[in-house]
Amino acid sequence: MTREELITHLKPILAPYTQNKEALEAINEDTDFIKDLQINSANLVDVVLDVEEEFGIEIDNRSMEKMLTVSAAIEIIETKLLEIDR
Amino acid sequence: MADRVVITGLGVAAPNGVGIAQFTEAIKNGVSGIKHQPQLAEMGFSCQIAGKPEISHELISSYFSSLELKNFNSSGILYGVIAGMEAWKNAGLSLEIKDTPDWDSGTIFGTGTSGIEKFREAIYKIDQLQQRKLGSTVITQTMASGISAYLGGKLGLGNQVTTNSSACSTGTESILLAYERIKSGQALRMLAGSTSDSGPYIWAGFDAMKVCTFKHNDQPESGSRPMSSSASGFVPGSGAGALLLESLESAIHRGAYIYAEVLGGHVNSGGQRGGGSMTAPNNFAVQKCMKEALKNADIEADELDAINGHLTATMMDSMEIQNWADALNRRGKKFPYINTLKGMVGHCLSAAGSIESVAAVLQVDQGFLFPNINCEDLHPGISALVAPEKIPVKCIPYDLNLLAKASFGFGDVNACIIFKKYKS
Repeated sequence: MTREELITHLKPILAPYTQNKEALEAINEDTDFIKDLQINSANLVDVVLDVEEEFGIEIDNRSMEKMLTVSAAIEIIETKLLEIDR
Repeated sequence: MADRVVITGLGVAAPNGVGIAQFTEAIKNGVSGIKHQPQLAEMGFSCQIAGKPEISHELISSYFSSLELKNFNSSGILYGVIAGMEAWKNAGLSLEIKDTPDWDSGTIFGTGTSGIEKFREAIYKIDQLQQRKLGSTVITQTMASGISAYLGGKLGLGNQVTTNSSACSTGTESILLAYERIKSGQALRMLAGSTSDSGPYIWAGFDAMKVCTFKHNDQPESGSRPMSSSASGFVPGSGAGALLLESLESAIHRGAYIYAEVLGGHVNSGGQRGGGSMTAPNNFAVQKCMKEALKNADIEADELDAINGHLTATMMDSMEIQNWADALNRRGKKFPYINTLKGMVGHCLSAAGSIESVAAVLQVDQGFLFPNINCEDLHPGISALVAPEKIPVKCIPYDLNLLAKASFGFGDVNACIIFKKYKS
């Protein structure tokens, strides 16, 4: 999956938690979940659970801590998908 | 002198009516909200009838965002928010979202448990070693104060935001706690009320105690029979009631409609002594609570026009009537009018006191007495103390001035409140 395709998959996952809908429309690799999308920090765990379900992966606590931006999410998802391929 | 406290808003989600308009019609016409519950039958309950508010999807989505409804499974919070928000709007208060909290307004919104179905869901996941998949809302839906936290956030309340819990006296107690908060000058407005979850997980414990009736599974509407000689246990209910209490000065300043005045009241406990236990009342304490309420409101027993009783449809009903008769020293034709909503809605547990207080305040405001249903066959222990005409079985117009509302709960706890018709 390309990075663009991953963003397309992430967008509907983030949508229900996003308070700033305009920022969601303009989503790109630099988008920050809390600062730009104004996702309530308590909902970050819900985003992680929804990402796990969508991609069939499991995200460990250390990776979870880092998953605060679109680019970080893409890297984590790519890494976890590679682990499955091996 | 401290300011008087009045009621300027009402809200309700009851088994026989959701919203004040529908509920008022229902109580005037003696409409039962008790229905057969197939789920309880499938699960082998002795009592397979219960009272549950019927909430439309439109109503749910008008008070909850789609994000809030994601993984939402707390009927108590649902009912409480619907009743609480209605009371706030009904008082003519704004729902406009501001950045600054409303420091003068708070809530005391009680419950017995919170989100019991959500809790069950979580426990299953934890036992399957899936705790990391619980998501972020297990705590907010299952903490006892979930309901006051939800309301506090939706309304931007900046005064005290808390939840009280005293079994079946919770709702009546919440009104008295809110009253005291305003009376002591610490708040201008308090949203008082209480809620109760519905469903098998909340009702099973009562079914197991054999305190619910098993004799009316095929006639749900005649199953809840307070004061009747054929009463055989209570019918479980659920829902929420809410009352917006406000200082008289603030109400007048806003030009708010005033439904009634809270004149005073009392809460106490029998200490599980003198015949009292975890589940039975100390009658001396019950009577003391009634008498202290009159004293606190500065009225005489003879002045009471009506009582809204606790009267659950168990063998305790006669004892409650005896306690009223002894505490007030009024019997026969001199006994005040008395009614109970439980014939129509069942025993709404932690929500009982607030739903019944909403009904009581509507009576004071509009001047009527709603009918007692299912007590055509008055219990002889009751008719020996109260003239039957004082126990209306049809709705009657009646200009009430003073009404006492009492609730009692497990733990030997009592609450009694005095409502008065508002006169400027």
